[in-house]
Amino acid sequence: MSKASAALIARLESKFAGVFALSASLGDDVIVTVDPSRWIEAAKWLSTEGGFGFLSNLSAVDWLTREPRFEIVYNLTNFSLPQRLMVKLPVDGNPPSCPSVTAIWPTANFHEREAFDMFGIVFDGHPNLERILMPDEWEGHPLRKDYAIGKVPIEFKHLSPGV
Amino acid sequence: MSESHKGGLLLGSFDKVVDWARRSSLWPATFGLACCAIEMMASGASRFDLSRFGMEVFRASPRQADLMIVAGRVSQKMAPVLRQIYDQMPEPKWVISMGACASCGGVFNNYALIQGVDQIVPVDIYVPGCPPRPEMLIDGIMKLHEKILAGEYRHRLAVSK
Amino acid sequence: MSDIVKDFEARAQGAFVEEWDDSDELMTINMGPQHPSTHGVLRLVLTLEGEIVREAKPVIGYLHTGMEKECEDNNWRQSVTIVTRMDYLAPFHNELVYSLGVEKLLGIDVPERGQVIRILMTELNRISSHLVWLATQGMDMGAISMMLYGFRERELLVDFFEMVTGLRMNHNYIIPGGVWQDLPDGWRTPVEDFISIFPRKIDEYETLLTNNPIWKQRTVGVGVITQEQALALGATGPILRATGLDWDIRKAFPYSGIERYEFDVPTATEGDVFARYKVRLDEMRQSLRIVSQVLDAIEDGPHRNMDPKITPPPRKELVSSMEAVIHHFKLVTQGYKVPAGETYVSIESPRGELGAHIVSDGGSNPYRMHMRDPSFVNLQSLPVMMKDTLVADTVAAIASVDPVMGGVDR
Repeated sequence: MSKASAALIARLESKFAGVFALSASLGDDVIVTVDPSRWIEAAKWLSTEGGFGFLSNLSAVDWLTREPRFEIVYNLTNFSLPQRLMVKLPVDGNPPSCPSVTAIWPTANFHEREAFDMFGIVFDGHPNLERILMPDEWEGHPLRKDYAIGKVPIEFKHLSPGV
Repeated sequence: MSESHKGGLLLGSFDKVVDWARRSSLWPATFGLACCAIEMMASGASRFDLSRFGMEVFRASPRQADLMIVAGRVSQKMAPVLRQIYDQMPEPKWVISMGACASCGGVFNNYALIQGVDQIVPVDIYVPGCPPRPEMLIDGIMKLHEKILAGEYRHRLAVSK
Repeated sequence: MSDIVKDFEARAQGAFVEEWDDSDELMTINMGPQHPSTHGVLRLVLTLEGEIVREAKPVIGYLHTGMEKECEDNNWRQSVTIVTRMDYLAPFHNELVYSLGVEKLLGIDVPERGQVIRILMTELNRISSHLVWLATQGMDMGAISMMLYGFRERELLVDFFEMVTGLRMNHNYIIPGGVWQDLPDGWRTPVEDFISIFPRKIDEYETLLTNNPIWKQRTVGVGVITQEQALALGATGPILRATGLDWDIRKAFPYSGIERYEFDVPTATEGDVFARYKVRLDEMRQSLRIVSQVLDAIEDGPHRNMDPKITPPPRKELVSSMEAVIHHFKLVTQGYKVPAGETYVSIESPRGELGAHIVSDGGSNPYRMHMRDPSFVNLQSLPVMMKDTLVADTVAAIASVDPVMGGVDR
């Protein structure tokens, strides 16, 4: 791991002791899992003094058999160093919900709508949480692991799809 | 068609003249959806020139078009829009389904796509490919021209009554 | 004045409408999804007050293909064919970012020649994507001949892509491990021809457009976005560079050996349509510069990591080695497995930061394959660009954002 990455981890630990847990990471990546109760406070710090004022990506992962089932992944970029940070936030509940970061990084607007549409994760505080990719009246959340892919059988071939 | 000896009058059945006129200036409606739209634009550009068929005017308004080239994958959200555009086109109208996705769902077989645009609108010519080369699209258009010249439209009207 | 006139004036006072308050006369109109100038199936719901756009709401999803779910159903090698169809004007970039992510998870290297070929194809793809942008921007603004010029030059590049990969678009060429097959004999000739004629062509476009008073009136001061707004909304690529910040992933997080080549990152300061136009034209010149350096830098060697666990062995080995046959069989029927892990990689696509967040659970299919598409995020800057501008300028603004709906909707 490079000096810059080690320095970042040390800084996170000193500022928010016990909030960020280092996950296994590849090469130079810094991947941390955050404590949900202190995420917003940490996010505000990261976006201002932490230097990570740019949210590159926000995606969701459905770990069907794990508890908690869902996880939101934030990919933050520090332009000045430059450096990247991946923060993972476990999400649970029924429906799964977590706070929205649109007030901190406005670019999260479309990303959170997509996570809501595809996974059913509700973002508290989002200005306009409605479906973005599927039709408005669609039922179900397609990227969940228990949602079938919806293959249509191939006619006249007497084959089931996927063969 | 027959020609008289002097004077040079061209006589022929009126139907055939109408068919020839229809096929000689088919105006497509802009319905480029995805990657096939780029190849459709390329076939309208200078190398594969659709203008030699009188088709370089892609009409924005479906009411002024008589050909709909569905170029690209049709999603669940787009399907009602596609049908509405098709309904707005005045008769006679034809549909070319360009590309594998429009013809049968293509590479994708999942919840999000209509498996073939013929689930929604009647299709006259299917052009396979992912994406089809502009030459393939032009071949499909020329086959449509042959269909029109053979009186396809009158046949369709007769059958549907 | 006579009494009749005064009497008339007194009675007429209330009859004339003096001040008509029309500030609440807002009209909502729908633009798209079938529209000649929305660059694909983008729908905009515009709230107009007269000719001024008060609010613009992009509605997307008309090209949603379920590609991320589809990738979970196909193995790691097959997913390249799906990923390449996302941003269909820059297919090499999609394949590259996906392959970089998978290689990171696999922990393998790409040989030198493979890396150089990747840069060659992606930089030429950048030029062809910007040519389509220039063609459509010109056509949308009425410079219809620009459409023909843009596609004419693009045909030269597309011919080269066909020579190398077999396809004009959606190539399935850059795969985890390297590139699918080596460059064919005689590949230098089309590239050298292109390098010799293209600079003159860019100068031609500049002569046609850059000092053209009509073009300038339609683009200068139109679709303005400030640097703070762009950063907050996550806009990257030419949109961000046209506001003055020289942020380019090729310089910040170099990939595939691009740090070896000398090139500049063009910027502008005004943040309007004209600035983005200048930035993209200069980017085409810089990409051409990289391609010329590639011609000198390329050396012989393997184009793919020939590790038999990932790459099928060359066909001539199948005759002599049983092991090769077994590897080939397993790779073709089941595909390789990628160790469990998760990563995010990003590259600079013609539209901005193209990223891939790939999660593996140790199986032969991706567990989660999410692409951070630049157009999806850049579309959020449209409402800001269009606020309180004239409705006739919306077309110029949309064209300058250069959205590709395949990437937006995936």
